[in-house]
Amino acid sequence: MTLLSLTISDVEIGQELPPLDIVLTRTLITATAIASRDYQEVHHDPSIAVERGSQDIIMNILTTNGFVGRYITDWAGPNTFIKSVKVRLGVPNYPGETMKMRGKITATSGNDVTVVVTGSNSMGDHVTATVEIVLP
Amino acid sequence: MSTATSQTDQDKQAFWQQLQSFVGKEIGPPQPAPDEVNIPMIRHWCEAIGDNNPIYLDSAAAAASIHQQIVAPPTMLQAWVMAGIKPRVVSGTSPYEEMNQLLFSHNFTSVVATNCEQTYDRYLHPGDRLSMTTTIDSISPEKTTALGTGHFITTRQDYFDQNNQRVGSMLFRIIRFRPAARKETASNAVRPRPATTHDNSWWFDGLQNAKLFIQRCTKCQALRFPPGPVCPTCVSMDWEPVEAVGTGTIHSFVITHYPQVPGLEYPLPVLLIDLDEGVRMVMNPIDTDIADLAIGKKVDIVLRATDDELTLPFAKVHK
Repeated sequence: MTLLSLTISDVEIGQELPPLDIVLTRTLITATAIASRDYQEVHHDPSIAVERGSQDIIMNILTTNGFVGRYITDWAGPNTFIKSVKVRLGVPNYPGETMKMRGKITATSGNDVTVVVTGSNSMGDHVTATVEIVLP
Repeated sequence: MSTATSQTDQDKQAFWQQLQSFVGKEIGPPQPAPDEVNIPMIRHWCEAIGDNNPIYLDSAAAAASIHQQIVAPPTMLQAWVMAGIKPRVVSGTSPYEEMNQLLFSHNFTSVVATNCEQTYDRYLHPGDRLSMTTTIDSISPEKTTALGTGHFITTRQDYFDQNNQRVGSMLFRIIRFRPAARKETASNAVRPRPATTHDNSWWFDGLQNAKLFIQRCTKCQALRFPPGPVCPTCVSMDWEPVEAVGTGTIHSFVITHYPQVPGLEYPLPVLLIDLDEGVRMVMNPIDTDIADLAIGKKVDIVLRATDDELTLPFAKVHK
């Protein structure tokens, strides 16, 4: 896959990012938890997750950040500098769900661009994120 | 009324001051990253996340980009200092644990993460060796949310490199809360009981006998509601009940959504009804669409038993 490399002249307020749907398999949820060194049982052990009041294992927060970062550079490419990722957390991501990621440019100032990203599943918004980036 | 969890205002104030004393405290010594920033961990992360940005693993593509060399995904920041499968050994009690014990002792036993805000001063390169400090950044006053009542706790983590330069920071917010009562179904939850006293129980007894009463001063004939021992017009303590006709007008209304009380259905309209006799009562509507509510609309007052022990007036709003 070749990534485009956007510059500031390619973007404007109101522009929408291409949608990205992420199928949340059990393998993905455990692999991302371990890749982020997060060994909390609720991210890989279904019986302990249920014991603690969850309906199944849940995707961890570090991965939520990771997907938001990926979604931004999948669109804007390798010359993006991400300044900040601010996420508000909502419903959990269980295996079997699909997280639909959508994004929109809400502000630009010089080379700074603000993008609001949502990732939702069948139960509602898992994440609402404000991402500040710099484009060349 | 007193329950096990109720507190006097004084207790609440003392608890709040104790909580605030934790703000600004650092939680133990800086935590070092177990490994320097490295390609294998970046590879595992990118594979699991499905991140194909070439600046993380392809040196030529990275060199050609604004980053000029291989960099770690910025959102990996926290991963570099994660303790891993073995919990960190903490000597003594940290202010964080003391704060949690204090919250726990006030029944704020549940926890949910609500916000995570990362800011990056620079991208990290293989070879960078991080350490992290954690500070209790802020504690909110008591808030009631859909989950329950609790305090938002924000911690701040600052990440430093081998030259003690800050490379990024993270604000992490959780709510520690008392779980809200489980939503009960109408079949097993009853409406909250009215607070009855010597001066108003006769009025509720009237409802049980299918009569809606208004209190009338026998000296000056003024009607009054809610029931009370003294006439607010002439201060006479002599009174008699008179039966209301049962018609009125919407003076005002609100529609409540939260917090939800078991035994009531939401969204719950609460109406102020001007009875045609001239007194004002608060009640919920019955057999009425929310869309039909409007100030000034005529209502018929219907007495309805909500369970075996309680009958209340409801407003049936004219179409």
